[in-house]
This record gives sequence, structure tokens and C-alpha cells, in this order.
Amino acid sequence: MENLQKLIRYYFNYSVIKDALPFLLKGAVLTIKFSFIAEFFGVIFGLILAIMKISKIKVFKYPSIAYIEFFRGTPLLMQIMFAYYALPYIGINLSGFFAGLLALSLNSAAYIAEIFRAGIESIERGQIEASRSLGMNFFQTMRYIVLPQALRRVTPPLTNDFIILLKDSSLLSVIAVVELLRAAKEIATWKVNPSTYTAAAFIYLLITLPLSQLVHYLERRYKIID
Amino acid sequence: MIKVVNLHKKFGDLHVLKGINLKLRKSEVLVLIGPSGSGKSTFLRCLNLLEEATFGKIFIEGVEITKPGIDVNKVRQKIGIVFQLFNLFPHLTALGNVSLAPQKVLKMSKKDAEHSAKEMLNKVGLSDKINSFPAQLSGGQKQRVAIARALAMNPDIMLFDEVTSALDPELIKGVLDVMKSLALSGMTMVVVTHEMGFAREAGDRMIFMDDGIIMEENTPENMFNNPQNPRTKKFLEAIL
Repeated sequence: MENLQKLIRYYFNYSVIKDALPFLLKGAVLTIKFSFIAEFFGVIFGLILAIMKISKIKVFKYPSIAYIEFFRGTPLLMQIMFAYYALPYIGINLSGFFAGLLALSLNSAAYIAEIFRAGIESIERGQIEASRSLGMNFFQTMRYIVLPQALRRVTPPLTNDFIILLKDSSLLSVIAVVELLRAAKEIATWKVNPSTYTAAAFIYLLITLPLSQLVHYLERRYKIID
Repeated sequence: MIKVVNLHKKFGDLHVLKGINLKLRKSEVLVLIGPSGSGKSTFLRCLNLLEEATFGKIFIEGVEITKPGIDVNKVRQKIGIVFQLFNLFPHLTALGNVSLAPQKVLKMSKKDAEHSAKEMLNKVGLSDKINSFPAQLSGGQKQRVAIARALAMNPDIMLFDEVTSALDPELIKGVLDVMKSLALSGMTMVVVTHEMGFAREAGDRMIFMDDGIIMEENTPENMFNNPQNPRTKKFLEAIL
């Protein structure tokens, strides 16, 4: 009984959470803003990487493969720290926000590239043959036939990826960006009460829940059309 | 119109076409038959450069299209192809399927392209389906949209690759009727099919292919009633 009371006092403390809420929400807004921007750059760069990787031309293909393997194979936390602490030595001074944005965009581009590649390669060969036999060139075929269909197929996995990115943005707390987790940490330290972590976890859940619902919805809808 | 000289095609070690020689006049309808794996489809696909010939030459209106560095997109504009599995674009309506390439390749305005697309769809009997997506069409309707899509590019030659093989029997007639009227209108056609009724009615000439070579070339009448090659005879007996 005593332990349960302690658990509630330290991890579900209503008054601590209530006081911290405005600060936490400010952190949450930054988390959302940051994640959208990182996803935006990740999608653009990821699409370029995917097309490079599919290409038969070696100077496009191999750098893309190397890039993807490197960013998927090394810890994101180290990429973030490198961008923040190491880049200044070669004259690139980035604020925590921009260093984090750089690392997370580059990192998510690697994952997004693989999603796009799978989506593009899932389009039946017959689609490309039909398009080419009408006289459309490679880029017209990509632009009007392959990508519109691939984009529909990759929306669910892309949204999944976005959920992961949003949670990964909590790693920015190590380079002093006051996003949601860092906000929770600062108040937890100040009040000597980690209830704010619980609150932060719920806020993450509240943000991601509609997104995962969106994935389910899209998956069902595309099943009907296909 | 088409001249094929000693055409060979290899896929790795697999020698699919072993020296095809052929001439086709304008407005001629050539029907290709043969067992599966005989190279009919590969031959057809070589004609619009979906497959690259390993050896040999293809001339269309005197221009060698197998020459390296030729603008394949230009060649393909003039040669329409219809596939066994339709290959309609599922994200576009029937109208979108037919009007896309004329806009992007022939640089027609959207209005003009859609206007002529509607005419094409009307021609194949689908004027009431212009706004349907492929998933909402039957196999026979899909195939007729595919024919309209190829015709919208105003090709000189039309290739048909077993276009009725994937269709339910009751849907085949509608597609064949469209092909017959196309043949009557003077289109130059190469048709891979097992529809012997079509071959007899619309074909000017028939070729029996087996094992990558032309075994027999004949008029449809003679091919059916008096085949010269024993393998032709055996094949026809098996399918008729």
C-alpha cells in the first residue's frame, strides 16, 4: 500500500503535472514543429536517394547505397551528437535545433529512401512497359505512372516512419533542445518529481494516436481501391 | 512497311528467337500462332523495342529501328501495343488512360486530347464508361480501353499480344469485334492469338512459330485446311 502511494506521488502526481503542463505543451509544440520539418526534408532527400538507388547508373547507385547503409547502421544519438559537438571544428556552428534537424533529416532520409524504393519497385513491370510503349520517356513514366501509384502505397509506411521520427526527436534533449522530453526532464529535476515524464509520455501518445489511426484508415481504403 | 532481317534474341543462354525474317505490307493483318515459349510474344516485343534484339535488323518504313542511338520514344509513338493483362493505369479513369500520352508525348492540349479520347472510347463502345476507373470495368472493357489508349497515339502499326487470353469467354467477342473493325479500317496489325475465328476472318496472312523460328507462312485458309509443315498440323490439331 505504501509503495503504491509512492508510485502515485512520484509518477502520477496531479499537482506537479498541472503546474508543468503549459511548459510541457510548449515542448510538445516544438516536437511537432521539428518533426514535420525533419520529415519534410527527409521525404525530399529520401525520394532522391531512392531514385538514385534504383538507377542502373553506378555513380548514382553506389553512393546512395553507401549513404543508406551508413545512416541506418549507426546510432541516431551519435549522429545528433556529432552534428552538434563535432561539426563546429570544421567551421559549421549549428544551434541545437538546427544540428538536430540536420541529423534527424539525414537519418530519416535513409529510412524513407528504402520505403520509396520498395514502393516504386512494387509497381508492376507491365505499368512501365505500357507507359514506355506509348512513347513516354523515363521521367514522364516516373512522374505520371509510377510515382502517383507508389506514393499511395507508401503513405502508410511513411506515416509509420513519421511516428518513429516523432519519438526519436526526444533524443534532441541531449543537445539542449527544449522539446517535449527535455521540458519534462527540466521540471522533473527542478521539482524532484518525475511525474512530468509520465505526462510527457501521454502527450507523445496523444500525438501519435491519430497518426496510427490514419495509417489504419489509409490501409483499409487502398485495399478497397486495389 | 515492316521488314525484319535475321532477328535473334537471347536471354542469357536461352535462345528465344533464332533468325526471324519477315516482311509486312501496309494495311496487312498478320496473325502469329504457335505453342507457348515459341517466341511469339518476344518477337512482338522486339518490334516496339520493349526487348532489344540481340542480332539482326528491323526496318519500319525503311528506317532501321534496331540501330543503336535511335530515339526509342519516337519509334514507339508510331507502334501501338495491347497486352494480355491490359496494363491499364489504375490511378486514372478510362478517359485519363486514353488522354495522358497524347498530352505528354504529342503535346496536345488537355481539351483536344480529351476530345479525341472520348471519340476513341466511343469507337470501342465505351462512351458510357469514360469516368470509370479500371477496377470498375470488366476484363473485356479494360481491354477495349487499352486498345483505345494505343489508338489515341495515332499509330501506324498495332501489335496485339494474346489480348483475349485472360478474358472470360463471353467478353472475348466485344474485343475481337473492335479488332476486326480496326483491320477493316486499314490498320497494319500483328496479332498473336489463338482465336482461330479471328485469324480466318480478319487475317491476311498467318505464321506458325515454334522454337524461335517461323515454321510455316500461309494464308489463313491454307493454314487451317492444308498445313504444309507436320508440326503446324500437330499444333492445329491440338488446339482446334
